[in-house]
Amino acid sequence: MRSRVAITGMGIISAIGSTVEENFDALVSKRTGISVLENFSSRHASEIKVGEIKHTNEELQQLLGLPAGNTFTRTGMLGAYAAAQAVKAAGIKDLNDVRAGLISSTSVGGMDFTEKHYKQYLEHPEYQKYIESHHAGDSSNKIADYLGLKGFVSTISTACSSAANAIMLGAGMIENGYLDRVVVGGTDALSKFTINGFKTLMILSDADNTPFDNDRKGLNLGEAAAYLVLESDEVVQCEQRKVLAYVAGYGNANDAYHQTASSENGEGAYLAMQQALEKAGIHPDKVGYVNAHGTATPNNDLSEGRALLRVFDEVPVFSSTKAFTGHTLAAAAAVEAVYSVLALQKGVVFPNLNFRRPMEEFDLVPQTEILFKDLDYVLSNSFGFGGNCSTLIFSKTDVHE
Amino acid sequence: MSMNRCYINGLGGVTVQDPLFDVFEASPQLLQSLNKAQHPSYKELIAPAMSRRMAKGVKMGIYAADKALSEAHMSGLQAVIVGTGLGCIEDSEKFLDAIIENDEQFLTPTAFIQSTHNTVAAQIALRLGCKAYNFTYVNGASSFESALFDGLMQLKHFGKQQVLVGGVDEIAPYTFSMFEMVGKVKSEGQEILFKQPSTAGVPLGEGAHFFALSNEKKEGSYAEVCDVMLFNAFKDNEADTLRSFLQRHSLDFDAIDVVVLGVNADVRQQAFYDRVSILFPETAQAYYQHVSAGYDTASAYGLRLAAEILARGQYPETVQYNEVRPEKLQTILLINQGGGTDFSFVLVKAC
Amino acid sequence: MEALKQELKERIIEVLNLEDITPSDIQDTDALFGDGLGLDSIDALELIVLLDKEYGIKLADPKQGKEIFQSVETMAAFIAENRTKL
Repeated sequence: MRSRVAITGMGIISAIGSTVEENFDALVSKRTGISVLENFSSRHASEIKVGEIKHTNEELQQLLGLPAGNTFTRTGMLGAYAAAQAVKAAGIKDLNDVRAGLISSTSVGGMDFTEKHYKQYLEHPEYQKYIESHHAGDSSNKIADYLGLKGFVSTISTACSSAANAIMLGAGMIENGYLDRVVVGGTDALSKFTINGFKTLMILSDADNTPFDNDRKGLNLGEAAAYLVLESDEVVQCEQRKVLAYVAGYGNANDAYHQTASSENGEGAYLAMQQALEKAGIHPDKVGYVNAHGTATPNNDLSEGRALLRVFDEVPVFSSTKAFTGHTLAAAAAVEAVYSVLALQKGVVFPNLNFRRPMEEFDLVPQTEILFKDLDYVLSNSFGFGGNCSTLIFSKTDVHE
Repeated sequence: MSMNRCYINGLGGVTVQDPLFDVFEASPQLLQSLNKAQHPSYKELIAPAMSRRMAKGVKMGIYAADKALSEAHMSGLQAVIVGTGLGCIEDSEKFLDAIIENDEQFLTPTAFIQSTHNTVAAQIALRLGCKAYNFTYVNGASSFESALFDGLMQLKHFGKQQVLVGGVDEIAPYTFSMFEMVGKVKSEGQEILFKQPSTAGVPLGEGAHFFALSNEKKEGSYAEVCDVMLFNAFKDNEADTLRSFLQRHSLDFDAIDVVVLGVNADVRQQAFYDRVSILFPETAQAYYQHVSAGYDTASAYGLRLAAEILARGQYPETVQYNEVRPEKLQTILLINQGGGTDFSFVLVKAC
Repeated sequence: MEALKQELKERIIEVLNLEDITPSDIQDTDALFGDGLGLDSIDALELIVLLDKEYGIKLADPKQGKEIFQSVETMAAFIAENRTKL
C-alpha cells in the first residue's frame, strides 16, 4: 500500500525574504526582489539585474552560528539556513527517529568560493580548505551535518529542473517505503561563473525580467535556497502533524532537442506535464493554477506556452514568479514549490509582474494581479539545460479526505 | 515476480587501462599519481562535427553507454541516469580560467554548456532521441550508487523495463594540482599501496562505466542487482548496519562469497575498510582501484568487476585483497565510501 | 580583403575546433550554417565572440548573426566595414 506524500514543513531564503512569511508578504504586496548586484563585483554588474539575497557571507555565518574555520560556501549556508527552517517548521524533535534522508540539489555548488580563490591557493594556503567544498555533494553533506541528519543523502544536478527532481525522488522514496521522512529542495548562490555563462548564451536581460511578455529580453539570475519536509502517512499520523499539502503528481521527460534551447513545440514540457497529471490521476481541468517556469527568455516562454496549450483545453490561470526572485537555477523549483503550497493554503494566485503585451504567437495572458481563488491542485514547471523537463503537482489536504 | 528484478544485460567502459586489458587474463598497468584514461577510438561513434566540442567525459560516457546498450540489444530506453562526482571538470576549468584571464570578456558558451553537471546524460538522450526520465546525481563517492539506486527503483516501482545507468568522471590538470595541495591525491613518485597504505591521497584517475539494466533476464545477463543502500553516516556501527542490510534479503555475513572493497591507497581512508575487513575474516575480499585508479565514480568499475566475476564464474588473482578464495560465486557485496562519508553497500547475485 | 578571408578561415577552424578541415577546404561563398559547413546556433554564439575579441565589433542582438555569418565572404565584408580593431 503506497503512502501519500505529505508536506509538513517548508523553509526558504530568497531575494524577497528570509522566511516563508516574508516571501508570502512580498508576493501579495507585489514587492519584487530584483535589484543590482552588490555582494561581489563583476564587469557586467551595470548590465544585469539580479535576484540577490541582501545578506553577506559574514552575516550568514552569524545567522547559522557556524564555528570558526568551517568550510561552508554561500551555497551551503543558504541551504543549511532554509533546510533548518523547514525542519523546525515541521515540528520535528529528532530527525533520525525514523528513516530519514536529505535530497538536495545545486548547480553552483562551491563554485562561488572556488572562483574567488582559484589562483590564490599557493600564496594563501588558508583558502585551500575550500578546495574540497567545490563539488556539488559537499553542500548536501554540509546541510545534513548541520541538521544532524544520518541517513540517505544525495544531490541532484540537472540545471534548472534540479530541485523538482529532488522533490520527485523524495516523493518516490516515501511512496514506496524507502524513507519515512525526507528533506528535499535545492540551493544556488549567485556567482561570476553563472553570470558569465548565461551572458555567453545571450539570454540575460539588462532590465527586470518580463515573463510571457512579447518584448521579453531574457532572464535575471537569482540566488535562493528552499526545502520541503516530506513525511509518510504513518509519521503524519504518529506525530499528529499538520499537513500543508500533498505532492500529488510528478513527471520528468527529456526534450532531446538541443543542449540549451527548448524545442519549438515544447515536447519535453508537454510530456512532463502529461506524466504529472497521470500520476496525480486528475484531468487537466482540475488544475486551478500553473506556476510556470517562465524565465522570460524568448525561447522558454514560447516553448512553455505552446506546451501549455497542448496539455490544457483551457489553460488555467498561470503566472511566473521569477519576476520577484529571478531565476534561482537549481533552487528554482523548490522556491516555486513553496509558493505553490502557499497558493493552495491561502487560496491565492501570485501575480506575473512586469507584463505589458501578450506574445504574438498565441493567445496567452498571465495573471498580472493577485487573485483570490480556491485551489485544489497547483502545477509547477521547471525546465533545465540538457532538455530536462520536470513538472510537480501539489494538492490541498482536503482533496484526499 | 520478474517485474521487480534488475538484471545487468549489457555493460561498457573506458578506463585508465588499455582498452583491450582483461582483468581475468593479465595484470593491470601500474598506476601513477595521475592516470589518464586510455581512450578507444570515438570516430566510428561520434561524428567530428559533434566530437569537436565534446568534453572527454561526454565522449567516454557516450562510448560506454553505446557498448552497454548494444550488448543488451536494448531499444526503447525508459530512463537515463548518470552519476558523476565532478561533472565535466575540464570545461569548468577552461571557462573559469577564461573568466579570470580575460576579466570576464570574450567568453564563449561551449565550455559553459559542457560544464553543466547533467551534460553527459543530456547528450546521451540527445543522440538517442530519448525523451524518457533523465537524472544526474552529483554526490561525491556515492554519485554512481545514487544513480544505481534510482535505476533500481525505476525498475521495481515505476513500471520501467529498460534503464541505462552509468558513472563517469574526468581529470583536469588544475584540479589535480589543487587536490595535490590538500593531500587528496598522491604526489608524483609517492608509493601507491592498497594493502597497507602509508601516505595520504589516492592515485587519481578517470573513466566511465555504463550498465543496461532490465527486469528481463536474458541469456547474456551478467548478474542481478538486488539492493543498493547509501548514506552519509552510520547511525549504528558498521557491523549492525551491514547485518540489517543483508537481513533484508535473508542473508548473513557467511552467505557472502566475495566482498568488494573500494580501498583507494589513502592511509586516511583505510581504517574504515580495515574495520569492515575484520567482519569477513573467512570471506574472499577483492579490490579494484589498482585497476581503475581513484575517482568518485570508480565504484562503477567495481560493479563491472563484480558482474564479470559472476557472469564468468571466475575470480581473478589480480583482484584478491586477501588470501581467501571463494568457494562459490553467487553473492557479492560491494562496500564503498569517500572521505569518511558517502557510504554505500551494493548487493549483487549471480543469475 | 583576401588576407582577411584567409585569416577568418583559420580563426573559424581554430575557435570551433574543426579538426578535420583546412582553410583551403572552405570556399569564400560556401554556406557556413545548415547544409554547407554544418555549423549551428552554438557556433553562431562563438563567432559573435570572435567578432568582438579579434575585430572589436559588438553585436547586441544574436539574430543579426544570421545575415553576417552566411559565408566567409559576407563575414569579411561586414568586418571590413565595421571593425574597430586592426
